[in-house]
Amino acid sequence: MSAEALPNREAIAAARSRGDGPIDMIGLVLTVITILVALGSFFPIYWAVITSIKPDGEVISGSNSLIPNRVVFDSYIHIWNNTNIGIWYINSMVTSLIITALVIVSSAGCAYALSQLDFPGRRVIYVLILACFMVPMQALIVNHFVLMAQFKLLNTWAGIILPQLIVPVVIIVYKQFFDSVPKEFREAAQMDSAGHLKILFRIYLPMNWGVTASLAIITFIGAWNSFLWPFLAATGEATMTVPVGITQVKDAYGIVYGKLMASAVVAGLPVAVVYLIFQRRVTQAIMLSAGVKG
Amino acid sequence: MLRDKRQEYLVALLLVGPFVLIYGALFVWPTIQMAMLSFTKAPLIGTGDWVGWDNYVKILSHKLFHQAFWNTAYFVLLTVIPNTLISLVIALAVNRLKGPVQGFVLACFFLPYILPVSVVFLTWNWIIDVQYGLVQGFVALFNGGQPISLTRTIPLFMPTVAFVTIWWTMGFNILLFIAGLRNISPEIYEAASLDSAGRWRQFQRITWPLIWPVTALVLTIQLIAQLKIFDQVYLFSIGGRQDATITLVQYVYKLAFQQNKGGEAATAAMLLFLMIIILSVLQYQLLRARGEK
Repeated sequence: MSAEALPNREAIAAARSRGDGPIDMIGLVLTVITILVALGSFFPIYWAVITSIKPDGEVISGSNSLIPNRVVFDSYIHIWNNTNIGIWYINSMVTSLIITALVIVSSAGCAYALSQLDFPGRRVIYVLILACFMVPMQALIVNHFVLMAQFKLLNTWAGIILPQLIVPVVIIVYKQFFDSVPKEFREAAQMDSAGHLKILFRIYLPMNWGVTASLAIITFIGAWNSFLWPFLAATGEATMTVPVGITQVKDAYGIVYGKLMASAVVAGLPVAVVYLIFQRRVTQAIMLSAGVKG
Repeated sequence: MLRDKRQEYLVALLLVGPFVLIYGALFVWPTIQMAMLSFTKAPLIGTGDWVGWDNYVKILSHKLFHQAFWNTAYFVLLTVIPNTLISLVIALAVNRLKGPVQGFVLACFFLPYILPVSVVFLTWNWIIDVQYGLVQGFVALFNGGQPISLTRTIPLFMPTVAFVTIWWTMGFNILLFIAGLRNISPEIYEAASLDSAGRWRQFQRITWPLIWPVTALVLTIQLIAQLKIFDQVYLFSIGGRQDATITLVQYVYKLAFQQNKGGEAATAAMLLFLMIIILSVLQYQLLRARGEK
């Protein structure tokens, strides 16, 4: 179930290459095509980055050079000086981190109770979680908006955060992992008269530290990227998140392409960096949340 | 012993409490409210008279709702199956590779998936820009040397957004397919090569049947996700004729936030809600069937 459960890949590769013989022209051609298509898939991202560091004149010169003749950061300086991107960044960072922390803590607790404790109402909670999987959050936008308006939470961090705390898959994944912790650990701890909270925080969570990291990373990426709800909840320029702000605020000031690409790069950078550092964790979390045993 | 039980209940209450609060206030309550609101003639904020099924009758015969439904169906058609097939082909190609080359290629395909939708939108909007966009040279070949706006020309809008969506989301599908391919035992392929079965025959007889459960999973995940489409379609249609390219969630958004018809918006949301629940139940059955095997 964990990411380490993938060693058969080498075995497959070995078995295949044995079967293919020493010279495999078709294989080589396929490999080259695959790499070219992969580079093609990466190209739009490269093009956005390159555009953001070209001088405006070069962007619209029609030369479409793949390498900028001159690297300038004018576009970045411009968006920093002329938009609220710094504030949007703070809004995004704060809301995403709080969402991640709250989702992880509340889900771990709930999953431990479902997995290890016997209490009335367990079934109701289970049904609720399953129901939640099926209900599209997009259908609830109207009533989330009404609710947040009633509590005067529109255009606040709390208003952006609250509806995004519904991430049922985190509970399900935690429960699966807690279920597979051998009961002996808990029983031994209870012999030493340790309470359930202590068992959760000293045994179950540390034993599943990798899962927590994966789930936290993917929750953070999801929160950072979310568009529809923050777009509805934050209408003032001062409360927008980065992904919303960069599409809503247009300063029609000269040639916009480089500036738009600079704001796109800035908006995508945190999640791209998180992905590149924690590649294995991200892929593990995605497979777990899709219910595929990786 | 009885004391232990009571203590266990208390701990359970403490641990489940935050979940119950969050899901009660932000999931159960809004869902009930939505159902109630759908039977009233209320503005977005405020109350209105009870009108029974009137809103349902009205929405179901509303031309724009039909437009939204068919646009969404068209978008699903343009994305779900092509995305699944392309992802499977790429997964097969990536799975043959080894070591760092595989890691690099996979990262190239996967990187778009983790980007925010607005980054995807801005990037592609620049690439297809009428005046200076990179693809216009290519587009001109098919349009008598003239550039053409791919998002302002209505027949080209959905295919363009579908293409961008496939580029954006296929990394997810590729990942699931690769996980599925790795679970196929290498011995089966070894046996097949001993029987000197060709590549295509191996795919037909081994890979395709064994990967089918993952294919079904990918198809249903896509289907449900694309029914809820809003972000890209909305962003690409800003400044254009939005009604022509409207989707179901966008229709809810328009009723609620642009026309201030809370009751009707809730009705439209309920209809979307029912469609997705029916599909989700089917998906759940499918997954459970898999789990039991």
